[in-house]
Amino acid sequence: MTKTIRFCLNGKPTTLETDGERTLLWVLRGDLGLTGTKFGCGEGTCGACTVVVNGQAVRSCTVPVSSVDGAEVITIEGLARDGTLHPLQQAFVEHGGFQCGYCTPGMVMNAYALLRANPKPSREAIVKGMEDNLCRCGAHQRIIAAIEDVARGKGGAS
Amino acid sequence: MTEHRGIDRREFVKIVGGGVVVLVSVGPSALLAQDRRRVYPEDLNAYLRIGEDGRVTVFTGKIEMGQGVMTSQAQMVAEELRVALSAVEMVMGDTDRCPWDMGTFGSLTTRMFGPVLRAAAAEARAVMLRLASEKLGVPRSKLVVADGVVSVAGDPSKRVTYGDLAKGRRILRTVDDKAVLRKASELTVMGTSPQRLDAHGKVTGGAQYAGDIRRPGMLYACVLRPPAHGAKLTRLDTGAAAKLPGVTIVDQDGLVAALHADPEAAAKALARIDASWETPKPPFDSETVFEHLVKVAGPGEVVSAKGDVAAARKTAARVFESIYHKGYVAHAPIEPHTAVAEFKDGKVTIWASTQTPFPTRDRIAGELGLATENVRVITPFVGGGFGGKSAGLQASEAARLAKITGKPVQVRFSRGEEFFYDTFDPAAVVELATALDGAGKITLWDYHVIAAGDRGAELFYDTPNVSIRVSGAWRGEGTGLHLFGVGPWRAPGANMNIFAKESQVDIMASAARIDPVELRLRNMTDERMRRVLQAAAEAYGWKPRVAPAATGRGRGVACGIDAGSYVALIADVTVDREKGTVKVERVVAAQEMGVVANPEGAKMQMEGCITQGLGYALAEELRFRGGEILDRNFDTYQLPRFSWVPRIETVLVRNDDLAPQGGGEPAIVPMGAVIANAVFDATGVRFFRLPMTADRVRAALAKAQEPAPKPA
Repeated sequence: MTKTIRFCLNGKPTTLETDGERTLLWVLRGDLGLTGTKFGCGEGTCGACTVVVNGQAVRSCTVPVSSVDGAEVITIEGLARDGTLHPLQQAFVEHGGFQCGYCTPGMVMNAYALLRANPKPSREAIVKGMEDNLCRCGAHQRIIAAIEDVARGKGGAS
Repeated sequence: MTEHRGIDRREFVKIVGGGVVVLVSVGPSALLAQDRRRVYPEDLNAYLRIGEDGRVTVFTGKIEMGQGVMTSQAQMVAEELRVALSAVEMVMGDTDRCPWDMGTFGSLTTRMFGPVLRAAAAEARAVMLRLASEKLGVPRSKLVVADGVVSVAGDPSKRVTYGDLAKGRRILRTVDDKAVLRKASELTVMGTSPQRLDAHGKVTGGAQYAGDIRRPGMLYACVLRPPAHGAKLTRLDTGAAAKLPGVTIVDQDGLVAALHADPEAAAKALARIDASWETPKPPFDSETVFEHLVKVAGPGEVVSAKGDVAAARKTAARVFESIYHKGYVAHAPIEPHTAVAEFKDGKVTIWASTQTPFPTRDRIAGELGLATENVRVITPFVGGGFGGKSAGLQASEAARLAKITGKPVQVRFSRGEEFFYDTFDPAAVVELATALDGAGKITLWDYHVIAAGDRGAELFYDTPNVSIRVSGAWRGEGTGLHLFGVGPWRAPGANMNIFAKESQVDIMASAARIDPVELRLRNMTDERMRRVLQAAAEAYGWKPRVAPAATGRGRGVACGIDAGSYVALIADVTVDREKGTVKVERVVAAQEMGVVANPEGAKMQMEGCITQGLGYALAEELRFRGGEILDRNFDTYQLPRFSWVPRIETVLVRNDDLAPQGGGEPAIVPMGAVIANAVFDATGVRFFRLPMTADRVRAALAKAQEPAPKPA
């Protein structure tokens, strides 16, 4: 059923006429051309497709696009401003918090929501908050260090 | 392997344009003969170009899948050519633009390809110096070069840039591998850890993977899959699916697919295809596979023998006999196999997530009846491979479907397909009989590995009586060993072999009441191995003690050799006796890998190995019943998560006398043994099967606590 869906995407008002039952992931990647958000498992078990909806980390492969009607959506493409990396992105770069990079957009967005909810998380809270994002290359230790740096205010405020 | 024609030289000079182009031609030199395979059968192995803007473009058949070679290769070129790293651009894995390459695997990029690339860059530097000498009218011996600028020593105002020297030129040079490389002590770009070239793209979402390629009119294909390997299609009705708007159905030569401009609509159409299958009765499953392997693998072949194992067995005071098991392990890269194929003017271009762009091109050319020059494979960033993206069914399917439909087609495996068509690390068995004399010297090593192959089976202890027998290669082709695909998995076979070997050494150490580090040192003379073991022990703060402590906390040690590198790991674990869970608290890893091209990159690979190794040690084992794969997603097939990850401390043991060795695989190979040894120390219970899942640990601990049966 085609419906009109209006939401704020990476700071820009966006209007779509589409079937509201379609999955947010494929609307982002297809209709909107934002391929930074990745498909990994299709069932919300890996976190590669994580985007931030109204401040919350959401697995975009499991939610219909109608669910973001009226919402504020941020994808990995929306973090850097005027070519300047977001502190989290910068920290991932500096710590080498990625290898193949495929899980990275989901990792960064999950961490972004985590820090938005709790700007000064303990290491334990970071581990717990990132637990359901999978990385097969084994960059975990460096991802935690990157998030810790931003939480401690290194490399600028988030 | 005969028809791997490189790029026609005139052709590629046309492609790359003006400037100075250096080719490297390496015959079967001593360097390449080190490897059993002839890795570079082509006469043309690498080339690079210095453009009129002074920028250096490197063309390499290798691919970037997270291992960091995009950066380390650029460092090698920057080093030898004396340009800034930022002046180097990498073109990787494009079969039309890059020289032929067998594939990116086996930790060969740095070891085997590195020297070739460095030779090309060194030759390019020599060309630049010659041109500068002519231009400045100064002998070469008086010239110095830095950051792509040649200047006169002592008179920096007399200078000329590489870009200026390359202007209007079309110079083609071919070198062999005799170019003089900079010495380890001279290196300024190699041996450092600059920001990775792929960093920005990967943290901004800009880095493109195969699934991110968009072509006009592209269709997404969902292919009909059997419920089990070996199942036969008995009935097919695509009528309902074909009626859906915008859907194209393909049913040709066994390939049945639903295609649509929207991937979800294609999946919905696939679900409407009505198919019946006849599935063979499961001959064995994930629990009974080991009996099957032992039965089918045959007696095998002795690959290494010395002394007299039969005599040593007879004279031994005690023979330690053990049988080790490990199940199938998935690669499970987060990026599933993906490819986009497009036909244009009789030529097909395929963007594929692959570790083997050239073999993929050749295979697809054969499948489609095209000349290889009419097939181009382009490899964008690959989202993890670990050996699993050497296989490329998705690329073949995308190419076939693009040909049939006349439209660009993307095939992207679902996670279920990814598990179904993975080429798993095979289940394997090791049977081992060993003995120790009164002085703590190993006197007998009678080793039989089934289905894992011989990588890592070679003994690094000095033992007079050795037999190493191998039944069934890890590839398992045509052997009847496996019901589904198996293939290379990060250090193929070595994980199993080291698990068995290094567990066995600990069993003997404990029985003889000797500290496990001490027992190892007493039995090894290989200086490289001694150095890494001692370095690990020192970094850890190892104090001699006999295992087990059986306090619920334990430590373990294990060594390994892989891809020319030596590694020793020491791990601390805690074991929850009630739950059976094993938490690895700390891993200290010492590795010696010759000259280190990029220390931070090397450490990242070691950390990745250790983290990935937690999986096969503690949780990962594919469950299957016959050809039916029971684990189809990450809900039941558990990958290591953040809470599993120990504190990892890596030590690079310096050895500048040796060219760079492999770094992507070595540190994973001792992971099974180091954790099994630590769990033994923690609990007094020895585990002979990987993974040591919580259920298995709990059951084994409960059994160990049962009172011994009374003698009848």
